[in-house]
Amino acid sequence: MTRYILTRLLLMIPTLLGVIVLVFVLLRVVPGDVVEMRFASGQNQWVDQKVLTAERAKLGLDKPLWRQFVDYMTGLARLDLGRSMWTGSPITEEIKLRFALSLQLALMATVVATVLAIPLGIVAALRQDTWVDYFVRMFSIAGLAMPSFWLGILLILTLLVFFKWLPPMVYTPFWVNPWQNLAQLVWPAVAVGYRYSAVATRMTRSAMLEVLREDYIRTARAKGLFQNLILSRHALKNALLPVLTVIALEFAFLLGGLVVTEQVFNLNGLGLLFVQAIAHRDYTLTQALVLVVATAFIVMNFLVDLAFAWIDPRIRYR
Amino acid sequence: MTLRRSRTLAGSILATLLVAALVMTGLPVGAQQPKTGGELVFAVPSEPPSYDGHREETFGVIHPIAPHYSTLLKVDPTDPSGTKPVGDLAESWTVAPGGLMYTFKLRRGVKFHDGSEMTSRDVKASYDKIIFPPEGISSSRKGQYRSVEVVEAPDPYTVRFRLKYPEASFALAVASPWNFIYKADILGKDLHWYEKNIMGTGPFEFVEHVKGSHWVGKKFTGYWDKGKPYLDTYRALFMPAQSANVAAVRGERAHIQFRSFSPAERDSVVQALGNKIRVQESPWDCILMVAFNHEKKPFDDKRVRKALTLAIDRHQGSQALSKIAIVKEVAGVQVPGTPYATPPADLEKLAGYGRDINAARAEARRLLKEAGVENLQFTFTNRGISMPYEPLAIWLIDQWRQIGVHVQQVVIEAAAYSTPLRAGEFQVAMDFQCGYIVEPDLDIYKFISTDKNPANYGRYTDRVLDNLFDRQAKATSVEERKQLVREFEKRLLDEEVHYLLTLQWHRIVPHSAKIKGWQITPSHYLNNQLDTVWLDQ
Amino acid sequence: MAVNPPAGVLTDVPAAEPESRWLDGLREFVRRRTLGAFGAAVIGLMVFVAAFAPLLATHHPLATDYGAMLSPPSAQHWLGTDAHGRDVYSRMLYGSRTALLVGFGASVLGATLGAVLGVSSAYFGGKLDLVLQRFMDIFLSLPLIILALAVVVILGTGATNVILAIMIPMIPRCALVVRSSALAIREMPYIDAARAAGYGHLRIILRHMLPNVMAPYLILLTAFLGQAILAEASLSFLGLGVQEPTAAWGLMLRGAAVEFAEAAPWMAVFPGLAISLAVFAFNLFGDSLRDALDPKLRTQ
Repeated sequence: MTRYILTRLLLMIPTLLGVIVLVFVLLRVVPGDVVEMRFASGQNQWVDQKVLTAERAKLGLDKPLWRQFVDYMTGLARLDLGRSMWTGSPITEEIKLRFALSLQLALMATVVATVLAIPLGIVAALRQDTWVDYFVRMFSIAGLAMPSFWLGILLILTLLVFFKWLPPMVYTPFWVNPWQNLAQLVWPAVAVGYRYSAVATRMTRSAMLEVLREDYIRTARAKGLFQNLILSRHALKNALLPVLTVIALEFAFLLGGLVVTEQVFNLNGLGLLFVQAIAHRDYTLTQALVLVVATAFIVMNFLVDLAFAWIDPRIRYR
Repeated sequence: MTLRRSRTLAGSILATLLVAALVMTGLPVGAQQPKTGGELVFAVPSEPPSYDGHREETFGVIHPIAPHYSTLLKVDPTDPSGTKPVGDLAESWTVAPGGLMYTFKLRRGVKFHDGSEMTSRDVKASYDKIIFPPEGISSSRKGQYRSVEVVEAPDPYTVRFRLKYPEASFALAVASPWNFIYKADILGKDLHWYEKNIMGTGPFEFVEHVKGSHWVGKKFTGYWDKGKPYLDTYRALFMPAQSANVAAVRGERAHIQFRSFSPAERDSVVQALGNKIRVQESPWDCILMVAFNHEKKPFDDKRVRKALTLAIDRHQGSQALSKIAIVKEVAGVQVPGTPYATPPADLEKLAGYGRDINAARAEARRLLKEAGVENLQFTFTNRGISMPYEPLAIWLIDQWRQIGVHVQQVVIEAAAYSTPLRAGEFQVAMDFQCGYIVEPDLDIYKFISTDKNPANYGRYTDRVLDNLFDRQAKATSVEERKQLVREFEKRLLDEEVHYLLTLQWHRIVPHSAKIKGWQITPSHYLNNQLDTVWLDQ
Repeated sequence: MAVNPPAGVLTDVPAAEPESRWLDGLREFVRRRTLGAFGAAVIGLMVFVAAFAPLLATHHPLATDYGAMLSPPSAQHWLGTDAHGRDVYSRMLYGSRTALLVGFGASVLGATLGAVLGVSSAYFGGKLDLVLQRFMDIFLSLPLIILALAVVVILGTGATNVILAIMIPMIPRCALVVRSSALAIREMPYIDAARAAGYGHLRIILRHMLPNVMAPYLILLTAFLGQAILAEASLSFLGLGVQEPTAAWGLMLRGAAVEFAEAAPWMAVFPGLAISLAVFAFNLFGDSLRDALDPKLRTQ
């Protein structure tokens, strides 16, 4: 087991390194840079090339590419994400509040998805090929089919037109004012959670179907064991693992991938920050954001693999 | 709009040889006694990158930070045309005959927020940083002061600017909202200090800035203008998404957003809040225009360019687009209603500005035929910003379709936009001219020959135009300058059609009816010191 | 992942009496997989609409009419008009072309390239496999929308670039699944036999491996179709997709549609419904196809 963990850990390194290099290079391929965005945006008539050169030098953008990369990597090795090229503040400071928002939203959406998915999936499996099953499947596919931003727009419109009420506009951390906080985040959590429940619902359904076909369940059923008991004792435990996998991996993506939803619900989260960072050509901030999201995903992946290996020893030797 | 009225103020800019500064009461029309107290909450769709106004370019710096500072002069906060300089730290100023020396008398007893007194040393240190920044210090608008030879502080309450040549726009130039007066002692120790800290003489003290969230300022009790400011505190909420700004005002979570709303946003807010909302509108010192790449055929042909401007029905466009986009007035090179703007009747004489669109389009087709490009097709490069670039492009493309020209739009992400424009990798492109004060020098510099101003993407050389620009900049009489600006405009838009102007932007600020003492101007960089603003509650 | 010999409705078609076999297959599909058949019908309708848009449309999709801005649905404009007075119904018909073009373009390219990579990776194994795997991991660890965003920012907007932007993240997802199917096939005796008989790599891959991964390939392809249409809508919504004045559903949902959502809801509601219905149909069809081709793959 230790060996397996070590191998998996080591395999994370080239992936992360690849992400870092990829982002580093891509950013510098895109036309325009942060200095131009900030000091030659067009409103100013007298762009002084000397100023631009000086500002570039200050940010180290005049150095050769390899040198910039080495500097960046040395920083990372010291766990230093650097400073935002746009604001000059430490990136941790820039990200802090947005990360809290995105993390909370991801958690809430995951809760919504799980609460929807597991019961619906189980019911659909138990009543396979009945109207219940059909309804659940249609419901979950509809979640996949509706653009989440459209759902968001409709949701906001409904609140506005029918309830004459709008969610709060500014993020309040949960520990400051839980009510205010939830009133803002519950809507996007529902819109996103519904969408992400779709995959988990179908996963629960098929995992349940498979487990229900297993011999020991049939035996238990034949013995006339109480249906609920079977469910809780036997079936659910085995069916849950793949469902948890799906949920865990999606959770990682929710952290940084809600670009459009954040736009619709006016959330100042990591996704919106990412869009802004790209628009400002803030290399350091973009790199840091991608790194955070990719790391979250890779670590989640690792944990899931670990869980599988722990449960099913055969995997370790594959 | 009440801008017409401002034309009576027209002469003020140069004629002000000796102006005793008005003591501004900031009382709104139909004056009520201002009430003190309360917190003004406003939304800002941008966030300050650094706190130093001398180096930054975004209004995201002005809106939250301007209340902390004073400037030497400022633009009269009660003047709707936003073109009249009045004293801020300067009590009065004189211009030496010949226009080569400006002397400013400073107010006495002005305190910084740390309690120390502001003197001419501070003004000189701040302007030296703006005009003559040492190596490694960025000053964004240094070029605006290229006429300045030296800044002097002969005594603690006098500041003198000596100019190399007379400049018509100089008084407005020192009323720039960007030129915060900093403390000389701090600048002496660290010229970068102001990028991360606040220490000014303005009506409000700094309280906090939470990144990605908000900015708070509180009343400075030692403010020089006794009795002001009226507000106890102000809170700027940073909301990058425009829809959040609208929702905040509509949901009464913010009193105002100082930039602008779109017509649809205005209507939704007004419909929801009725008489709890007051709307102020003004032409806006920003205009989108079409740049023709003179190096690409057939746009080297003046007839083709003229045909394309003749095809545009500006008057109908003004009516229709003002319902869906932040544009309205048919305009030349100056914001309508400001001192140097061409009156509408004269404007209609320019190509494409007339009332008879059918005649204009017939003429356009004839010109295209004459130039041998009857079935003209081209690519229109546009900037990836939705409002108002997108509606204007849809409109333009359809206008051109009506003279048989087929146009395809290519949209380039906003941040990458200047690259192809500067490199001349386009046929016809959307370009813009925006300013922070309405002033011919600032507004028409854009159009002088590309070799003199690389930001002119038309890639043409027109010495007649360059000459007209220089002459108007140094003109000493208002009437003479007006005449020169008019000539410049005619050559640019009618005779040569180097550029095609669309419609003037239109600024729409719906705000809580509780807000009093704030006047909209053609620039969202102006009038944000908040000293005259109060809440009627 | 399990191996599946080519089987099922789609691959079992050739040989005698093609017509009646095809009809039987269809009847069977409709009877056993009602939801899937419904999906197929909607897709068919969409293709029909796209093909005959000029005949079905009541207005030119680009023609503005500033006299009729923001009109509600009426006899003149069945689904109302947008902020420029353009006919929403006609633009929606033409928009199906964009959706299908981007949907098919991105998913076919993405799935095919992914399949080729996956099969090669599995077939050659060793270092190539390891390197390719790491590459796939890199792309897999980034959210789809972020990757697409990056591609559009680098390449610029427009239909072709949007197809590329949506396609690129699909490649590793398909490669991963196809690789695991192909790995199992690679161990089959007949592959060894082919190699022993001296067949070239290319021939073995094309003749023996590819046909055997058809099932996961087709399943992923249909899943990608829906995703691609959604991704196009999302990118257009962010202003990074197809550009005005082209008629496209995502484009119809942004800008004025949001601003006027309250005053002129038809602008946002109908194109949104079109997107949802199309993706819904592709998903239903894809699900049934999956069940038909590979019962074991139902898990996804």
